[in-house]
Amino acid sequence: MALSGLDIYKLLPKTNCRECGLSTCLAFAMQLAKKAAGIDKCPYLSKESKAILESQSQPLIRLVTLGSGEDKLEIGNESVMFRHEEKFHHPCGIGFIIEDSLKDDEIRARIAKINALKFERVGQRLEVNLVALEQKGDAARFIESVKLVSGNTSLGLVLMGWDLLSLKAALDILKGRRVLIYPVKGEDAKALAELTKNYNTALVISAEDLDTLSALTLELNNLGVSDLIIDVKGETIPERIWGLTQIRRLALKKGNRNLGYPALTIVNESDPFEEAQEAATYIAKYSGIVLIRGFQPYEVLSLLTLRQNIYTDPQKPLQIEPKLYPVGQVNDKSPVLVTTNFSLSYFTVLGEVEASKIPSYIVSVDTEGMSVLTAWAAEKFTPRSIADSLNKFGVKEAVVHNRLIIPGYVAVMSGELEDESGFKVIVGPKEAAGIPAFLKNL
Amino acid sequence: MAVQLMQEKWQGVISTVTIGATKEDGGSRSSTIKIGAEESLPCLFKEGAIPNKPRVAFEVWDVPPVDWPRELSQEFSDSLNDPFVWAGKCIKDYNAELICLRLQGAHPDYQDKSPEEEAAFIKEFIRRVNLPLIILGCGDDAKDNLLLPACSEAARGERCLIGNATQENYKAIAASAMADGHSIIAESPIDVNIAKQLNILICDTGLPLERIVIDPTIGALGYGLEYAYSIMERARLAALSGDKTLASPFICFVGQEAWRAKEAKSGEPSQGVMWEVITAASLIQAGADLLVMRHPDAAVKAGKFIDKLFYKK
Repeated sequence: MALSGLDIYKLLPKTNCRECGLSTCLAFAMQLAKKAAGIDKCPYLSKESKAILESQSQPLIRLVTLGSGEDKLEIGNESVMFRHEEKFHHPCGIGFIIEDSLKDDEIRARIAKINALKFERVGQRLEVNLVALEQKGDAARFIESVKLVSGNTSLGLVLMGWDLLSLKAALDILKGRRVLIYPVKGEDAKALAELTKNYNTALVISAEDLDTLSALTLELNNLGVSDLIIDVKGETIPERIWGLTQIRRLALKKGNRNLGYPALTIVNESDPFEEAQEAATYIAKYSGIVLIRGFQPYEVLSLLTLRQNIYTDPQKPLQIEPKLYPVGQVNDKSPVLVTTNFSLSYFTVLGEVEASKIPSYIVSVDTEGMSVLTAWAAEKFTPRSIADSLNKFGVKEAVVHNRLIIPGYVAVMSGELEDESGFKVIVGPKEAAGIPAFLKNL
Repeated sequence: MAVQLMQEKWQGVISTVTIGATKEDGGSRSSTIKIGAEESLPCLFKEGAIPNKPRVAFEVWDVPPVDWPRELSQEFSDSLNDPFVWAGKCIKDYNAELICLRLQGAHPDYQDKSPEEEAAFIKEFIRRVNLPLIILGCGDDAKDNLLLPACSEAARGERCLIGNATQENYKAIAASAMADGHSIIAESPIDVNIAKQLNILICDTGLPLERIVIDPTIGALGYGLEYAYSIMERARLAALSGDKTLASPFICFVGQEAWRAKEAKSGEPSQGVMWEVITAASLIQAGADLLVMRHPDAAVKAGKFIDKLFYKK
């Protein structure tokens, strides 16, 4: 459990020396409790207090880094059970299992398709993260396919090997890449710990129940291995949701360090729709890594979009730069539509304007990321702010007409907006879906 | 050292709403469907009873939809202009167990059908289709105020779910639902407080809380899904913590939203189905009880997944 400000205060020197920049030790303790200050600001902490406070400042769920460079993946360090309580911090990794029993050409083709799974939505890049290579036969073939895979992708790698020798040989090839290794059945913790440390990998662990699991993480931790990921198994999907929920709860609410690691789930379904629904469930319910086999863009785009949604900060909606956006081959007679700078509003309007095939301008007004109605209610989307934006973005210079299309929901501001801006206001549809028909009949 | 599991003990329970009345209940439906009654968060069977799984309703319109993308409408190309054939196809080909009938034809911008005309249509539909029914108005407040009471009366005794009632427009709908033995859908604009307020207002008219289903207003995957997701989680947590005024099952218009997405109209035939299915799968984790879906493949796939998700050993 997290220490309260008062608990922390008891550990401080209580001299009110002010060297930390705060007027009293109590004030400093409160800042520490809120994680707004670091313990290094106090030069007079006793060793014991420092040790206690340091362990307290560790995240309750360990942050584990996989891969490297641009394709680096960080998972864990989550702080809440429900996103509205704060936010989900580190978007889960999506990875693809490839069996080494496939022919070289097939592996190459699959990797190429997986590498190409890059999308852009509401101004953000959506990308996949991992390739997991599963050993099906002998060590020689595994090593061969490790070479093949690693040579063809810069994504993070997961090695699902059979025995330590195969893994060692594979890791020799992959020096410098931060790999995740999947448990070797029957190997003892010491041997795994040694391998993990020697090659600086992260390690997946799994066990039949939470007792065995915590004993194992504790043992590995004592052996100096702390980048662990818990494979959550279960015969049924609800069993896995239960496991995922318990691990997250025990780590966050009970401060159980032995379970304070990101979770991993593997979906074993060949039908893309069943696979995707199961994967979606684990994305929503606390999985740090979800491994699937399907790599069809229509499936992966849906899952990446869900991940983007679930991991969006509820307090900070996605925003775009407020400005005048030309859509298509605009000229000085093109219609001008006004909306907010909330990504979803803008991109929805954009999508419909594109669909109408009528080149138009979209004015995105700075509403601090609020949607049309919310911004209107909060007085961020007002005749004044719209008129200011029109001036600032040079809309009068961009078009020769003076007509302005506003969202149907704010029709009430028409008169005042005409007075403020000098534009003639045309009330557009309430829903963006009505834009194509509206523009055609303009 | 044994790990002590952390079990939540909830005080509250979601109300049970029954849709459809069989002969024994004084209606003519072939079956009834129960939703709600959860004492726990989705799939966490160990923390409370979850007697009813989420259900999928197939959406059928009284008039041919004009703005459905081709990827969707082609599935019903032979039946969109005949609601009886359309519903029959849902039942025969896709084993639908619940139909959501949308009276879009009454909308002033569509065919502006009169309440009397639609009421006669409802009577005929009930005679020819014997599944439990959800009946939706056309979405125009003024029109629905006349339309829904007329249809409520036409479906008297069949224990339908009728909607949508909104904060500005609930009195007539609630009164007629009460008189005719139906339940109603209370729509709030992605807002827990308004959902709560509307439930209280409807309750004040005399319709018991057990006959209300909340439409939290959802966004599709990629189009504001996360707002509805969190609103539903918040409302459900409040309900399980004992707030009776939020303890209603959720209905989510998944098909309506998913098929507005640009991705669903991409031309890739599986993309729209996947969009609809993933919208449904994620909202189930937020507590969705009723999923109104459009593409038959999506409805079938979601139903199949629900069976896996709510499978107790």
